[in-house]
Amino acid sequence: MSLMHDMGTRALELGIPLSVQLDLTYRCNERCVHCYLDHEDHGEMDTAEILGLLDQLAAAGVFFLSVSGGEIFMRSDLFEILEHARRLQFSVKLKTNAVMIRAAKARRIAALGVASVQVSLYSHDAGTHDGITKLPGSFKRTMEGTRFLREAGVKVEFANVLMQQNADHYKQVQALASEMGVGYTVDATITPMMDGDRGILALNMDADRLSNVFHDTSLLGDQAQTMLAPPSGPTPLEEAYKTLPCSAGHTACYVSPYGDVYPCVQFPYKVGNVREQPFIDIWRDSPQLNDVRAIRVSDLQGCSSCVHGSTCTRCPGLAYMEGNMRGPSIQDCQKSFARTGVPSKNLQRKSTRTIELAIVG
Amino acid sequence: MSDIMYILRSDNVAARRIGDELMIMSARDSSLYSLNETAAILWQAADGVTLLADIVARDICPHFDIDPDTALRDARELAEDLAACGILQCSPNPFGGTPQGPTP
Repeated sequence: MSLMHDMGTRALELGIPLSVQLDLTYRCNERCVHCYLDHEDHGEMDTAEILGLLDQLAAAGVFFLSVSGGEIFMRSDLFEILEHARRLQFSVKLKTNAVMIRAAKARRIAALGVASVQVSLYSHDAGTHDGITKLPGSFKRTMEGTRFLREAGVKVEFANVLMQQNADHYKQVQALASEMGVGYTVDATITPMMDGDRGILALNMDADRLSNVFHDTSLLGDQAQTMLAPPSGPTPLEEAYKTLPCSAGHTACYVSPYGDVYPCVQFPYKVGNVREQPFIDIWRDSPQLNDVRAIRVSDLQGCSSCVHGSTCTRCPGLAYMEGNMRGPSIQDCQKSFARTGVPSKNLQRKSTRTIELAIVG
Repeated sequence: MSDIMYILRSDNVAARRIGDELMIMSARDSSLYSLNETAAILWQAADGVTLLADIVARDICPHFDIDPDTALRDARELAEDLAACGILQCSPNPFGGTPQGPTP
C-alpha cells in the first residue's frame, strides 16, 4: 500500500480535509462552449478574505490545494495569494488556460515551488481549440504559455475535455503533450452548469466515440485491466454498508470565489459559507456535509445491487444534479456501458420505463 | 562534512502534520515522505543558523533516553538522508538570512 494511500486513510480516520479546490474567480478570458460557470462577478472574496481562508485551511490540515477558476490570472492578486499559500506549505496545483502566462510569470511560478500546472487544451488544431474557447488566438497563447512553463522547469499537464467538436482529436493532443514533455489527462464528460441547466449536455460525444475512448488502453494506463474487466457484480452487502461513494465531503471539498463550501466542485450542494462561519466549523459540523458523509454504497438506489458494483465510477455530484444524491448518475451508467457493453440496472430501468398518454376529450 | 553542521528546511516542499506524522512532499519530483517524531523535530528546527548539535541538545536529548553523542551521530545520519531526498540542506556554515518561523 502506498504512502499516499496511507495518508488518505489516516486523513479519513481523523476527519482531515486533505484536499481542497479553491476557485479564486469565475471570471474568465475564454467563453468555452461547455463551461458550467456563470462568469459574472457576484462578489468574489477579496485578497484579505482569501489569505485568511488559506490560514484556516492550513490549520485544518489541508495538504493539497488546487487553485482554479474561471481563469486564475484574471485576479491581479494571484501571486500574493500563491506566495501566501506556499508560505503555508500547501502542495499547490494551478488550473489555467495559460493564455496570460509569459516568461516572467512562468519563472515566478517555478520559483514558488508550485507542484504542477494543469492547462486546458482542447485540440492540436488551432481552429477547433479557438472554436471551443471562443477566444481567437487562444490556441497560440496557450501553447506559448505552456512552453514558457516548461522552459522554467514547471511540471505541466494538459487537461483535454472531450465533446462532439474535438472527440476525434485526443490522440493528436496526447502526442503533442508527449512531444512537449507535458502530462496528459482526458475528461470525456460534459457536466451540467452549476445552476442546474442541463443544456450543455447536448455537447457530449455520441456513445460509439465514448466507447472508443474508454477502450483506448493508452488513456487507461495501469487502470486498463480494472476498467475493461467485465462487470464485477453487485458490491457485497457487508462491504456496501461500509463503502463510501467517493472522497467528496470526507477528505475533500470545494470553496467557491464567494466563500460557499461544497463537497466537491462537481457537487453543488451548499454546506456553508466561510464569510458566515469559520471553515473548520463548517467542515466538522455542517448538517448538510454530515448528510453527505452518512451515505454508504448500500444506500444508493439501484446502484447497490447493480452488476457494475465496485467498478462503477458513479459521481455523487452528478447524481445530485440529476435530482438525488442517493440516486444514480445516468452519465456514469452510460460510461459503465461504454466500457463493458453491459447496461447498468438504472439504464435498464430507464429503457423499460413507459409514459402513459392521457387522452383528453 | 566536518563535525560542524547546520541544517535548513528546503523551501521547495509541501508539508503538513497528519495525525502524529509529518508528511512532506518534494515539489521537485512529487516524492512523498513521512517523517517520524525525531525526523520531524529535526526538520522543523532546521532554520539554517542553529547548529545541529544545539538542536539535538535542545530538542532531542531532553525528550528521549539517549546519550548526547549517540543522538548527534544519529541526527547527522538522519539529516544526510533527508538532504539526499531534497527536503533538507546540510552545510558546515550557517545559511544566510534570518531563522524561519515554525512550520504549521
